Amino acid sequence: MGENERQAVLMSGNEACVEGALLAGINFFAGYPITPSTEIAEGLAERLPRHGGKFIQMEDEIASMAAVVGASLAGAKAMTATSGPGFSLKQENIGFAAMAEVPCVVVNVQRYGPSTGLPTSPAQGDIMQARWGTHGDHPMIALMPASVQESLTLTIEAFNLAEKFRTPVILLLDEVVGHMREGIVPPRKEEIMIKKRKKPTAPPEEYLPYRAEPDGVPPMANFGDGYRFHVTGLVHDETGFPRGRGSDGDYLVRRLTNKVKNHFVPMVEEYLTEDAEIAVVACGSVARSAKRAVNLGREQGIKVGLVRPISIWPFPEKAIKDLAGKVRAIVVPEMNLGQVALEVERCACGKAVVYRLNRIDAELITPDEILAKIQEVK
Amino acid sequence: MANLRELSKEDLFLSSGHRMCAGCIAPVVVRMMSMAAAGRNVVVGNATGCLEVATTIYPYTAWKCSWVHNAFENAAATISGVEAAYKALRRKGKVKDDYKFIAFGGDGGTYDIGLQSLSGAMERGHDMVYVCYDNGAYMNTGIQRSGATPKFADTTTSPAGKVVPGKTQWRKDLTAIMVAHNIPYAAQVAPGHWNDFITKGAKAIDVDGPAFINALAPCPRGWRYDTADGIEMCRLAVDTCIWPLYEVVNGEWKLTYKPKQKRPVADFLKAQGRFRHLTDEMIQEFQAQVDRDWEALLKRCGEA
Repeated sequence: MGENERQAVLMSGNEACVEGALLAGINFFAGYPITPSTEIAEGLAERLPRHGGKFIQMEDEIASMAAVVGASLAGAKAMTATSGPGFSLKQENIGFAAMAEVPCVVVNVQRYGPSTGLPTSPAQGDIMQARWGTHGDHPMIALMPASVQESLTLTIEAFNLAEKFRTPVILLLDEVVGHMREGIVPPRKEEIMIKKRKKPTAPPEEYLPYRAEPDGVPPMANFGDGYRFHVTGLVHDETGFPRGRGSDGDYLVRRLTNKVKNHFVPMVEEYLTEDAEIAVVACGSVARSAKRAVNLGREQGIKVGLVRPISIWPFPEKAIKDLAGKVRAIVVPEMNLGQVALEVERCACGKAVVYRLNRIDAELITPDEILAKIQEVK
Repeated sequence: MANLRELSKEDLFLSSGHRMCAGCIAPVVVRMMSMAAAGRNVVVGNATGCLEVATTIYPYTAWKCSWVHNAFENAAATISGVEAAYKALRRKGKVKDDYKFIAFGGDGGTYDIGLQSLSGAMERGHDMVYVCYDNGAYMNTGIQRSGATPKFADTTTSPAGKVVPGKTQWRKDLTAIMVAHNIPYAAQVAPGHWNDFITKGAKAIDVDGPAFINALAPCPRGWRYDTADGIEMCRLAVDTCIWPLYEVVNGEWKLTYKPKQKRPVADFLKAQGRFRHLTDEMIQEFQAQVDRDWEALLKRCGEA
């Protein structure tokens, strides 16, 4: 078979997430059953031991997240997967991982909420929870795949970013992407870039687990490597030991925030935006309908383009600012009551008019609906 | 104790026509509790799970009583709040009628995620009955292992393969954990022994303070047996001493049923697809553990 004739494989977004995690070198998964994410746990329960990794089913989502933090401190590439209510339960430990700088990946296959909501129905209601679900100021990276292929590649990217920034990374699928089946071409191992956390080079007696290097990220020793490594969710100084002074908190929380803010390159897909007068900003599965709507609009001679934030957090502020500078109107379709729209409005600063298109009836937003909105605002 | 003919005429708080799977024993557990609660006003709390989902499919409900579903982990805590408020309102004369409070949860919502909430409710001493319908896995999300899943069982998160023979841990003894809360009443029941079940259910409802009932609830999907055989599975579990029937009243352990002849655990294991991969050695290991547990129980009950 030639290079260009690689076999496509049919799988769901959840299955692709499993494949991506294995390619990224996952060696620990702790999870808890919840629809519509359970296939990720089931897949890793079967596959991970064969790759020499460890799968544990925990007693709830709180414990799953805590186990992931513990495993990562011991040196593992660790992941958990859940959905809405479970994501809520994980939040305290996600905040701990951000504070104690523990790399890990948290998959949230969004379902309709709040509470038990519509467990098998799609929604994109956790955009803001992914950013601010845990308390206090903290950095957050969240990626949002729009296809099964991207569910695989962004799982790898999520591990890489977690390792690079020493922080939890959220992979925000929606139920459509999680359960949709598409043909994908999995990358070969040699085609993948794998990022591993920086290890300390200093001798154990000089190691400071929270002294940041110029990239804002401190090297990380594994438990058992022979380094003193005190880990706490309390405000701590470079030694890792708690310090009760407000000035230490000020320094630490600013550093945590800035290491991502100053060094993370937001990920966006731009489609036909060069000459666009109207733009659609959409994420996840909705971006698929949006792209179709853009194509239909172009056929009718409307100068319309699409901007798709792939990293929903940090939000691609510059891309949206630039966009607002050149288009008249921005349409933001999303399966919630307007969460991405808030960010778009903030970045547009009134330079372009932002129109919302929201559905929360557990149905997908169709290309025709988006097209109708484009025609309405043109 | 009423006879079967009389019981069949009771107006139960779970109606027929619910949407649980054919052959599911969970609704049998609820209906037997309802028979035990005959003539009382009840408020039911239901943890997330098969029972909650399938009995309340829009626009119908199978429940004829006040009923609340909150989340997966907090049926006991939610009912704690209802019971505490009821007591306060009752004291002030704002509620006139007597009410009983029952929480139902599956083993996932009871042994695992709901254990903290259950433990708190039992320790605080709310006047309630918590009934666990134990089908030995997370059946609602598609058969994942739980703290109640027996060793060696094949589930989707403890898949049996060439190297790992299904679940590698023993199940936890939740009933004993509840007894350790020094509650006035705890019991284990199985619907195959209806008289024993309903008698214990009535005691649990009438006792002043918290009570816990662990009810075996075979699941034809997860255990992989014919839908007609649910009650037979209960009897096999009891007669092999895998699921002994006993009660603990104010710390006093009492065996309520002793099989005339203890059947080998193989009779239970071989009747179910989830244990199909077991070798003779595994069955022996299972038998040895059941024997140890049974002997320990006989001692606690003063029978040995």
